[in-house]
Amino acid sequence: MTGQLTNNDGPARILPGLDGLNRPYWTGGAQGQLLIARCNDCGRYQHPPQPRCPACGGQDMAPVPVSGRGTVKSFTVNRQKWLLSLPVPFVFAVVELNEQDELHVFANIVGCPVETVDFGMPVEVCFLRQDDVFLPMFRPAP
Amino acid sequence: MTDYPEKLVCITGAGQSEVGRPSKKPALALTVDACLAAIASAGLTPSDIDGLSTYPGLIANGDGMSPVGGTEAMVALGLEPRWVGSSTEGHAHIGAIVNAIMAIASGMCRHVLVFRTVAQASARAEVSHAGILGGGRTIAPRSWGGMSWQVPYNALSAANLYGLYTNAYFRKYGATSAQLGAIAVNSRAMAGRNPNAIYRTPITLDDYLGSRMISDPLRLYDCDTHIDGSTALVLSHKDAAGGGPNPPIRIEAMGISIGGFGIGLHEGDFTSMPATRAGSMLWSRTDLGVKNLDFAQIYDGFSILTLLWLEALGICGQGEAAAFVEGGARIALDGELPLNTSGGQLSAGRFHGYGHTHEACIQLWGQGGERQVPGARTGIVSNGGFGYGCLLLTTD
Repeated sequence: MTGQLTNNDGPARILPGLDGLNRPYWTGGAQGQLLIARCNDCGRYQHPPQPRCPACGGQDMAPVPVSGRGTVKSFTVNRQKWLLSLPVPFVFAVVELNEQDELHVFANIVGCPVETVDFGMPVEVCFLRQDDVFLPMFRPAP
Repeated sequence: MTDYPEKLVCITGAGQSEVGRPSKKPALALTVDACLAAIASAGLTPSDIDGLSTYPGLIANGDGMSPVGGTEAMVALGLEPRWVGSSTEGHAHIGAIVNAIMAIASGMCRHVLVFRTVAQASARAEVSHAGILGGGRTIAPRSWGGMSWQVPYNALSAANLYGLYTNAYFRKYGATSAQLGAIAVNSRAMAGRNPNAIYRTPITLDDYLGSRMISDPLRLYDCDTHIDGSTALVLSHKDAAGGGPNPPIRIEAMGISIGGFGIGLHEGDFTSMPATRAGSMLWSRTDLGVKNLDFAQIYDGFSILTLLWLEALGICGQGEAAAFVEGGARIALDGELPLNTSGGQLSAGRFHGYGHTHEACIQLWGQGGERQVPGARTGIVSNGGFGYGCLLLTTD
């Protein structure tokens, strides 16, 4: 697991409400882990997490740690201050995790100038802690 | 092909309130204006209306997204409907029309009033961030549901989501901003001919390319504009249609689909939408084809949605819509497929899907004035970015 804890250094975000299904994803960073729901019957990953496997119908889904590695599937540089306190520009991206085709997670790409982010860029997870949430973020992989 | 419920139903009336940014009128007054106009346009009175349908129903958080629900409209109009339907979920905007079709085809209703009201301009005039994802007028302490997968990343607008789609589409097909810009330039040209459009001053492609970036590569002019306004339609059983001043518009076919967008599930490579299934459904229910279309009113909450819908509806092949709209000649009023003749949501204002169906009716009734497509008899409408619906309408 490559995740390294990054302390909060920005304005407060609107954090996700936590429930039984999404809590592993949003708090796995406390142990430096990106946790993705996986079917124990067929082995398929599923995100956002579901109680039932959409591939095989199995109902034995459980969060498991993944490598935290992926590639930038698409991205956009946000320039608009939707809130007056919002720091811009920033990159909002969809990352395809290495474990499975079309296993997509949304994230910010951090740790590099926004203009250097590109399609197919290898990235790795890191975590931004705010309150009780550890937001998975991605930065260029070494 | 007479077993489909939509073939039993006609659009007999259509009405729209004034557009405002903001309007001096309360949202409920705008609703009454639109509904009474639609009922009169159908040659009916409020006592004839026995069903009421709206999307997405009352959202009572002050952000203006949907300030009027079925009950508010029912009371204000003095209606006594035997069926009222509204839902935030389902096939989005056109879902309320589909529900009305089913209510009529089932025999429950004869004349259903369908409406959609927005007051987002008023809300934003008071609170600048009203309407951000995860907010109302207040900023929610936590984000719940499907939006909670993007909101924590400060992606507080649908523009961020569709920025991902636009960038991926550009990358895969080599499409350019200059091609996409034709959508915005065309919309403004059309709006200049629509007295009830909010932005009527023409723009050039250079104006478009010079407009500020919102979420790359989506610019300001790629994003629709929030307004105050209301639109209403009357749907009638075909056996009860024909008593009004306008020829009944047949609903030749409908298509609906929904994917995982609403829960944050995005499949594929971010260059198409589950709307493709709605398009296939529509064409499977008619003997007509793309060649029969005299115009298209295609959803344009963001310009990229229009390109994706043109492909989803089979009007263009996959990856070919950008080249189709490039330069604007094919989609102009005298082009091979006049597009968004009211100015769409980009320039007429975010009537939130209903402006597109309203405009289709105006065209089919020959009431388009300076923006009339000569001899328009058949047209297509599509709505949606999260849930998808489309209608094939004809007076033939």
